[in-house]
Amino acid sequence: MDAGHDLPTPDAAAGATHRPTQEELRERKARTRRHLERTGEVMTLSMGPQHPSTHGVYRAVLDLDGEVVLAVRPEIGNLHRGVEKLCEYRTYHQIIPLTDRLDYISGFAMNHGFCEAAEKLMGVEVPDRGRYIRTIAHELCRLANHILWLGTHVMDLGTQTFFCICFRDREYVLDLFEMLTGARLTHSFCRIGGVAKDLPDGFDQRCRKVIDFLPKRVAEYERIIKHNRIYYKRAKNVGIFTAEDCYAWRVTGPTLRSAGVARDLRKDEPYAAYPEVEFEVAVEYNADVYDRFLVRMKEIRESCKIIRQCLDNLPDGPFLAPDAGHSLPVKKNVLRDPAAMIQDFYQVFRGPQAPKGEVYRGIEAPKGEMGFYIRSEGGSKPARVHFATPSFYHGQAVPALVEGEMVADVVAIFASVDLVLGDCDR
Amino acid sequence: MSDPIAQLIFLIVKAILLPVLIVLFVAFVIYFERKFAGFFQARVGPTYLGPWGSLQSFGDIFKLMSKEDVTPARADKPVFKLAPYIAFIPAFLVMAVLPFGPVGGEPNLFGYRFDYVIANFDAGLVLFLAMCALGVYGVVLAGWSSNSNYSLLGGLRAGAQMISYELAMGFSVVGVMLMAGSMSLVDIVDRQAGNFWDWYFIPQIVGAVIFFIASIAELNRTPFDLAEAEQELVAGHLTEYSGMRWGMFYFAEYVNLVVVSAIVSTLYLGGWRAPLEVLDFIPGPIWLFLKICVLIFLYMWIRWTIFRYRYNQLMSIGWKVLLPLSIANLAVTAVVVSLVG
Repeated sequence: MDAGHDLPTPDAAAGATHRPTQEELRERKARTRRHLERTGEVMTLSMGPQHPSTHGVYRAVLDLDGEVVLAVRPEIGNLHRGVEKLCEYRTYHQIIPLTDRLDYISGFAMNHGFCEAAEKLMGVEVPDRGRYIRTIAHELCRLANHILWLGTHVMDLGTQTFFCICFRDREYVLDLFEMLTGARLTHSFCRIGGVAKDLPDGFDQRCRKVIDFLPKRVAEYERIIKHNRIYYKRAKNVGIFTAEDCYAWRVTGPTLRSAGVARDLRKDEPYAAYPEVEFEVAVEYNADVYDRFLVRMKEIRESCKIIRQCLDNLPDGPFLAPDAGHSLPVKKNVLRDPAAMIQDFYQVFRGPQAPKGEVYRGIEAPKGEMGFYIRSEGGSKPARVHFATPSFYHGQAVPALVEGEMVADVVAIFASVDLVLGDCDR
Repeated sequence: MSDPIAQLIFLIVKAILLPVLIVLFVAFVIYFERKFAGFFQARVGPTYLGPWGSLQSFGDIFKLMSKEDVTPARADKPVFKLAPYIAFIPAFLVMAVLPFGPVGGEPNLFGYRFDYVIANFDAGLVLFLAMCALGVYGVVLAGWSSNSNYSLLGGLRAGAQMISYELAMGFSVVGVMLMAGSMSLVDIVDRQAGNFWDWYFIPQIVGAVIFFIASIAELNRTPFDLAEAEQELVAGHLTEYSGMRWGMFYFAEYVNLVVVSAIVSTLYLGGWRAPLEVLDFIPGPIWLFLKICVLIFLYMWIRWTIFRYRYNQLMSIGWKVLLPLSIANLAVTAVVVSLVG
């Protein structure tokens, strides 16, 4: 699975329409910078933090020459909440609800990643059923995220109707989450050693309905958008970000895969039930906005496939590790089983006892590679937690992405790399 | 009562009644826009005020009037305050030359002749084009005077866009002018007498399509709504406006929508004439109204369905596609007209 680190060959991109080469792109950017230095006649446009399409409170100060963007100065931090510092004063269990406020669009993926990291630190083994339920929830997250992405992305290109349709379809996924976790956005569903609850009755049936239905909707999205002439013109060869650029700026996820790199941590560094399910890594080669759309549509289909396989092969057994030292007991046993009650008291008041050491665990969050770093000096609280969030890196790559493009493309490109400011600012 | 006095009374009645009716109609056009947008977007749209929310626009107007009217501190105040009117008034002036029923002929009302047009003006078409051009000033001045970069960009975009598309619009209109041999809208409708296959949209199909596309750009609607491109420029030239001043721009936009629909139906769809001669017993104003409604629906349909063009794409469509096509259409029309008739 190390194929992911090869740069795409020129053959792979053949068949695509004219695509600016690296040199051309570099020349374009150099030209705009030269213009900026030479004339100094620029209009400065402060886009954000209050702006309809900066997806939160991102601020980009644009230097414009007419409609062309000469330079961008991004400004982040307007949504900084000090989550990493907060984590140092909480036990590992208490950190979980903080994590799903990072990327609030795909809360479960954040929970999951943190739990994976904590488990790696503590050496907790997750039972099979727990791993499968995590995989299902994680992929549902990806569905919700990509559908929302599509809605906001097309809205940034000027159609509001499609936004509403995407929101409607996302509701089906959120309803599943509501059924599974009781919450629609901030689930806090993952636990160290498994998940909080078993699948509820009827979930299987309802989930199958949704994953049968969504690929049909994706086909419809593609029918409406993929062959839309205006969309094609707006998105094709716009915001090209090649694999080299992606590596240079640590841009991951669908953006990297649209540049022809089959890098997917679900395959490369598998976790949860991903090694046991079959799926393809969605790859496109043109590295533009249009291909990022295609990659995400493919990923929705693949996610549906993964969920179906997980539902088919769902193993029996416990969904939470019976590890009294590190994980919470099954909630419904707490008031029935004395041992569980003791475990609950122990975990809630003292917290899980982690060994000394530091771990890094990366997961493939819907937006890209999400890294969780924990340094422990023993005890129930981490000494340092760091979230290497995809949105942060995507946000810092924005100047490299949009310089030399036009104002209208700024929002299109900005949306196409997919970032959410809760994730970026932490 | 002698005839000139009767005509004067008729004129005053028409000049008051028509704008009032149009304004009332526009209130419902706004309601329908929102309702249709709701249907297109799998929502319900306005529902609270009046039956099915039909009085929503009136509620909006009261809300807008009661809102604080903010003028930015460093705006060019006189221009800032004047701009909404400049946008608002030209839209109404076009109605003066718009025939909404038969003109001339036998006495038809209380023994007097009632012309279904406010002013049977020989250069009605030119007036329409002139008013279109004047409307741009409202937008450009609003953008300029707001002292905001978003507004300025919006205003500049609007100026460039409207001027580019007006050329194509003008050339496609000349085709109709040549065929009718007149610039008076009344004459143009009269030349389209007969059934719907006598209307100009068949011989002038290229011109009609170009005119329709250019009119979308004139109206600042998707896919050419670059002036107020919400996702890029917040609200373009309207960014700094609030309260009823904003409301006037908004209102002017819809008055323009109605007027342009009326012009499209007058130039290409036989104006107030029935599609079949058998249906002539239904009065002209009703036919015109129906045609306007269909065209407005078409504009709304387009607006809520497709994406927005980028600025350079918009310009290249205007200059590289529509303008050459409209000139070719004009040349062909001129040759055919001079050969045939």
